Amino acid sequence: MSFEVDLEVRRGERLLRAQFSAPFGLTALFGPSGAGKTSILDMIAGLLRPDRGRILVAGEVLFDSERGINLPPEKRSCGYVLQDGRLFPHRRVRENLLYGWNLAPADRRRLDFDVAVGFLGIEHLLERMPYSLSGGEARRVAIGRALLSGPRFLLMDEPLSSLDSNRRDEIMTLIERIRDELSMPILFVSHDRSEVERLAETVIEIG
Amino acid sequence: MNWLSPEELAIVALSLKVSVVAIGAILPVAFGLAWVLARTRFPGKLLLDALVHLPLVLPPVVTGWLLLIAFGTNGPIGKMISTVFGASVMFRWTGAAIAAAVMALPLMVRAIRLSLENVDRRLEGVARTLGAGPWRTFFSVTLPLAMPGVLAASVLGFARSIGEFGATITFVSNIPGETRTLPLAIYTNLQVPGGEDAVTRLALISVALSLGALAISEFLVRRSSRQGGGHVL
Repeated sequence: MSFEVDLEVRRGERLLRAQFSAPFGLTALFGPSGAGKTSILDMIAGLLRPDRGRILVAGEVLFDSERGINLPPEKRSCGYVLQDGRLFPHRRVRENLLYGWNLAPADRRRLDFDVAVGFLGIEHLLERMPYSLSGGEARRVAIGRALLSGPRFLLMDEPLSSLDSNRRDEIMTLIERIRDELSMPILFVSHDRSEVERLAETVIEIG
Repeated sequence: MNWLSPEELAIVALSLKVSVVAIGAILPVAFGLAWVLARTRFPGKLLLDALVHLPLVLPPVVTGWLLLIAFGTNGPIGKMISTVFGASVMFRWTGAAIAAAVMALPLMVRAIRLSLENVDRRLEGVARTLGAGPWRTFFSVTLPLAMPGVLAASVLGFARSIGEFGATITFVSNIPGETRTLPLAIYTNLQVPGGEDAVTRLALISVALSLGALAISEFLVRRSSRQGGGHVL
């Protein structure tokens, strides 16, 4: 199993529960907006602490309330592509890409910088500031930044939202290549059925 | 600047020294308070918030009087300073700097707090998932993004302390060469027959210093927001 998740968290008035396990490959968390999909990714990444439960990724325990395990985000080796990319606005594209790369231990740098940049088709953007990028460009840089940090798995929050159809195709092809060429477990969130049907091998319905 | 007399030059130099020292010393405190107010929740937070804002709403004379009580020879802080350093801030330029710092504090906390509240917390989360610990995240993401606010706060505080009058004269009096800063010198010259020319010159310098501070802050904020962020206060 790649993702084994069983957790519970109270957010204001609502109790969010999620229980699923997914085999290796590309898994979609599918459900309407507001169902708590982003919160689930946040908990797997370590940005939100569940009240109770267990999170395992590829056999490693990231969180276990009973055993008192709660790895901080920087110890989870997780590539998290947030919605809208969330590039560091004060750093050039190159510095954004190298942020995680510089922090990753040498043995986890599976991707060469130039190879990754070529793979993503962002060579011409390296010296640009994030505000000058289009939505699709920013998304590709954000994916590159996550991949270059040497993650063991990838989380993607609505990687195709607010892109026109050409850009969507581009990013979908990119995600398929990551799935096929890097064989990394990927969990992505979507509320779009066509996108889920094209990409996902496993679909988990939320909400 | 040969139209200034040596005494007037000394007044300008003293004013600059008092303000620079005051802002340099109070900036970390202001940042810490702004951080606590922007990022943490605890019982009594409202009280802390009110205390920080007190110098902004109190008559400056009252603030000066409170400083006098606290830092005076028999005051709790005054006693501590005299045992540790064997000195007193009373009637000294250091006392003027303390008054300037206390008066500038609320303005600085407000500006920094606003800029911290504008920092996208998700960006800090991204930095963590990319392998940065809390401290690295602070220095590589939070602080640079809050920098325009910190710069604006420093300049605002500087301008405020250059103009500080009421708390200073109440707390450390009007001693030439020690606590007679620009506003106090202007006030003194207004009391002296034939002091109008000196008043004009000192007032012009005050205007120039304030405008200069504003121009520098505008320049710094623009430069740091061009490098990113875009948070202009």
